[in-house]
Amino acid sequence: MALLEVKNLGISFGGLKAVNEFQVTIEKGSLYGLIGPNGAGKTTIFNLLTGVYKPDEGIILLDGENIVGKKTIDINKAGIARTFQNIRLFKDLSVLDNVKAGLHNHYNYSTLEGIFRLPKYYKVEKAMDEKAMELLDVFGLAEEAHTLASNLPYGKQRKLEITRALATEPKLLLLDEPAAGMNPNETKELMDTISFVRDKFDMTILLIEHDMKLVSGICEQLTVLNFGQVLAEGRTSEVLNNPEVIKAYLGE
Amino acid sequence: MSFISYLINGISLGSVYALIALGYTMVYGIAKMLNFAHGDVIMIGAYVALTAMTGAGLPPLAAVLAAMVFCTVLGVTIERIAYRPLRNAASSLAVLITAIGVSYLLQNVALLIFGANTKSFTSVVSLKPISLAGGKLIISGETIVTIACCIIIMIALTLFIKKTKAGQAMRAVSEDKGAAQLMGINVNGTIALTFAIGSALAAIAGVLLCSAYPTLTPYTGSMPGIKAFVAAVFGGIGSIPGAMIGGILLGIIEIFGKAYISTQMADAIVFAVLIVVLIVKPTGILGKNIQEKV
Amino acid sequence: MKKIKKMNKTTKSNFITYLMVIVIYLAVQAMSMTGNLSSLMKGLLIPLCAYVILAVSLNLTVGILGELSLGHAGFMCVGAFSSAFFSKCMVDVIPSSGLRFFLAILLGTAMAGLFGFLIGIPVLRLKGDYLAIVTLAFGEIIKNIMNLLFIGKDSAGFHFSTKDSMSLGLKEGGTVIINGPQGITGTPRDSTFTIGVILILITLFIVLNLINSRSGRAIMAIRDNRIAAESVGIDITKYKLMAFSISAALAGSAGVLYAHNLATLNAQPKNFGYNMSIMILVFVVLGGIGNIRGSIIAAIVLTLLPELLRGLNDYRMLIYAVVLIVMMLFNWSPKAIEWRKRIMVKIRPGKKKDEKEAA
Repeated sequence: MALLEVKNLGISFGGLKAVNEFQVTIEKGSLYGLIGPNGAGKTTIFNLLTGVYKPDEGIILLDGENIVGKKTIDINKAGIARTFQNIRLFKDLSVLDNVKAGLHNHYNYSTLEGIFRLPKYYKVEKAMDEKAMELLDVFGLAEEAHTLASNLPYGKQRKLEITRALATEPKLLLLDEPAAGMNPNETKELMDTISFVRDKFDMTILLIEHDMKLVSGICEQLTVLNFGQVLAEGRTSEVLNNPEVIKAYLGE
Repeated sequence: MSFISYLINGISLGSVYALIALGYTMVYGIAKMLNFAHGDVIMIGAYVALTAMTGAGLPPLAAVLAAMVFCTVLGVTIERIAYRPLRNAASSLAVLITAIGVSYLLQNVALLIFGANTKSFTSVVSLKPISLAGGKLIISGETIVTIACCIIIMIALTLFIKKTKAGQAMRAVSEDKGAAQLMGINVNGTIALTFAIGSALAAIAGVLLCSAYPTLTPYTGSMPGIKAFVAAVFGGIGSIPGAMIGGILLGIIEIFGKAYISTQMADAIVFAVLIVVLIVKPTGILGKNIQEKV
Repeated sequence: MKKIKKMNKTTKSNFITYLMVIVIYLAVQAMSMTGNLSSLMKGLLIPLCAYVILAVSLNLTVGILGELSLGHAGFMCVGAFSSAFFSKCMVDVIPSSGLRFFLAILLGTAMAGLFGFLIGIPVLRLKGDYLAIVTLAFGEIIKNIMNLLFIGKDSAGFHFSTKDSMSLGLKEGGTVIINGPQGITGTPRDSTFTIGVILILITLFIVLNLINSRSGRAIMAIRDNRIAAESVGIDITKYKLMAFSISAALAGSAGVLYAHNLATLNAQPKNFGYNMSIMILVFVVLGGIGNIRGSIIAAIVLTLLPELLRGLNDYRMLIYAVVLIVMMLFNWSPKAIEWRKRIMVKIRPGKKKDEKEAA
């Protein structure tokens, strides 16, 4: 069974179909790309998958369970985590606390245990620190653990967002334009990081990207979206040579 | 008959609220700040008019003009000295607290100059009350003038904003300050103009308020100020027709509350209605519903 | 000293905050014993403790949760009236003032917390300035209702009215406990400066430990980015309500302290109206939004300032207003901040480098 199966997904805003009859099937462990011109509805699909918007129609099966209508936090608990096109960090928290906020639902003690500093507080906080540092280490952010998130350089902020998403222990990771604003070197490094995450955490990744080098470099499969509809899907090399796709991208 | 009489009184009080609320809403729309000192500008306007009439012996209309000029200068000065330096401050609370400081300042300056004693205000309206329905319904001159003033000002203001270049600049700045600046609009000047208009209206509101309720202390502006702020939020803050509707509704609710429920409860009722409106429509009656883009 | 060095930065900062409160307490006690404290200052001590608690608790809402509340005095009002009512009823039943006051504090705190919770449910759905105005509205309503409330007690039990004390219809020997606009008279004056300081320390303990815990992190994550917080599975409503209710409850405890220091407790605009809420907000913003120690210092300085200026009589509130405006401009104006930085570099050229190394 595929990890994510989306069928006939659609949503309209003010009579305009932003996404129409969208479908995708993503196997566990794959690295899947979602591309398309600006305004094609890519981020809208992420927002539908994570419950920010409720679809007008269609089903979204995660591990065979329909998550349509669930709230964002429950979808995260069910196993979907994401990053954002315009980075959304907890900017006045430290890098470490950003990751620990991501660990929120996996390490539990009550508010009273926290206020009265009962033994469980120290035990769980220590475990959280260790887990968070372990994750930060993977992304080369361990040295900046106590820096404020807003003081990180741009590239590292993107990495921190991925780290925070992974801290929620998702089954599926959604990356919204992870390479936006990066120079070629940073993009190269990011590609390595994404592949590494997939291998190390045995993660399934769906990413939106404009950088064709990144897409052709790491995505095994692609869906091309145009005007809210699927234009083409399949193996990356085939899709990118599809004349319809080339037309959509380069114009007629 | 008493119902109609209450309704008219409510509209009259509401007209004053609407005039004050306009100052709040225009400033909020354009500078994104809650000008807590706005209510105290009303009080200053009333004192200036009173002094001009009783001290300098000016005719009422000239006194009102003097109050408007004084408050306009005051409003622009406050903006220049206390608010403009904080326009790009890290927290929007900074300018709010400064406005509170300005409010204290105005109250205490008035306290020093005019004393804490209640002054009785001489009405600027010489119009005789109108008696309708065989004397069952009496409408005071103040009520008529207040409502008429409010209607004229609303029409003039709407035309000003729609038709003049300065008005369009105000709309542009309230939509997007950065873009307006790029288009060559003088943002500082436009914001100063907004304060000028708001303060001049506050002066009129102060004179009208004190003509209808002829007592004046340094704290006179405080509660009407808060209520007008509520009216602005009620109608959808940033919206000019919203301020009109919000102000008039608030006045009617307050007078009806006093008349039919309880005098002491009137304020609580006003606030309770506000809460209900905002819970049903979180951005006020005419407020734009802005959803955060993800 | 060695132990302090080993602590991490937050623990150390919290430690300094507690220490500061204790040192001030001891200094005041010393001054009081040696007769260096004017009776005016003595009279200010308990209200001052209440203001500090209010400022710290409001900072939880404004600085940590990131929502502007203009109705904090309303929760103080709930705590004050519920506890004063309790104490007045219990004067004969519980003669031990210590136990009675302890129970009064618990009750006042719980009642304010409950109000915070109930009001928070609708209020926290709103955003920004709309939220602020609705909290103001609730605060005013609470104050208004307190002025309408008449409660009396006689052999048949409690009687309520919203009209006047006569309509309570009390039997002979019955007493009016809450007398509308006249409020509650004869609350036992159980508050002391020491209890006030203990309450401050408890407030600090709760707020500082909450901030540095899993729940506190969730609250601050919501403040920094609601959408991102949702995306990592943080329950927005739960944590917003939690912060708001705790903040309200602590304001209630300040109300208890305040009420048990007054011969007559009545809800006036200046003690429970929006003026009070705004005064507390001034403490919070001037002390630094989110800076707990700053709130304490600002509350103390700004409460004492008008008293210290008392010699200037009529001008004192004027000076207070000017000082407030100037301090805000100096602290927050981007130009002033830049200017301060330049001056700092000139005076202490080495400091910038030190800071970098320390980080």
